[in-house]
Amino acid sequence: MDKLIIAGHTFSSRLFVGTGKYPTLVVMKESLEASGTEMVTVALRRVNLDEPGESLLSHIDLEKYFLLPNTAGCHTAEEAVRTARLARAAGLSNWVKLEVIPDDGSLLPDPVETVRAADMLVKDGFVVLPYTTDDHTVARRLVEAGCAAVMPFGSAIGTGQGLPHPERLQRLIDVVHGYVPVVVDAGIGAPSDAALAMELGADAVLINTAIAQAGDPVSMAVAMALGVRAGRLAYLAGRIPRSASASPSSPDSGSLL
Amino acid sequence: MNFVLNGKARVAVSDLTVADLLRELELATERLVVEHNARILRADDYADACIGDGDKVEIVRFVAGG
Repeated sequence: MDKLIIAGHTFSSRLFVGTGKYPTLVVMKESLEASGTEMVTVALRRVNLDEPGESLLSHIDLEKYFLLPNTAGCHTAEEAVRTARLARAAGLSNWVKLEVIPDDGSLLPDPVETVRAADMLVKDGFVVLPYTTDDHTVARRLVEAGCAAVMPFGSAIGTGQGLPHPERLQRLIDVVHGYVPVVVDAGIGAPSDAALAMELGADAVLINTAIAQAGDPVSMAVAMALGVRAGRLAYLAGRIPRSASASPSSPDSGSLL
Repeated sequence: MNFVLNGKARVAVSDLTVADLLRELELATERLVVEHNARILRADDYADACIGDGDKVEIVRFVAGG
């Protein structure tokens, strides 16, 4: 599979994976391994001083995986900027997955606050990968703000509904194509969803719930990697168009009938 | 001396530095990030950052997330 470059960083895998919601950290580690991913997302939270618990990073090999901190839980641009700065201070990178989501239960991004935050973060020297809607105009604004990629949802986080509006994603991909990579992030439920995203021309997908909460996360991680690969190869191979009229696959002449 | 640590009120007998606090909490400092009165500290700053009455300290780290 052809390599993907985001902000000068080369990836061999077009499947990025989240570290949340696994039954155990051991299963998480095995699933990341099985997926072949090279970039994983993490969140930033207060240390629980009463019960610090296991450190996530003791289960993630930083030589193997590039860590992408998110701003999950932030409802405003200011909160997202504060969180991103804290994450950067950990000393791993200046990359951030920007998420600005209102506190209304939808888990859909606030496009206005996301664009505002992206602008502030880019000016502060961050490499910004924004989780966004499937609106092509918002995507264009994020590209104009200097984001290193755009990450539209397929559907809302954790819903596993796949891509109910592929034409919207297609329009977004067409608008952004040639500027920055498009990573479909959120809502993927099955490998066929991941394959579809790649067939539409997405450059990568980011999957968390569909792997972490599958019956067998490790097997699902393998399946998702295959789906991403199938979709990318199909995109490069050039699918046939959908046709209103049928045409036979076997010759018309020479039949003995 | 009263200060706020990770959103909860905490009492210290006397002024202490962030380095003292981390030692007291027995927290390995690798990949932790500390914010003192809205200022993000570097590890080099811990020994000099004095926590005073009414101060707010946040100690955060990376956790599982999507």
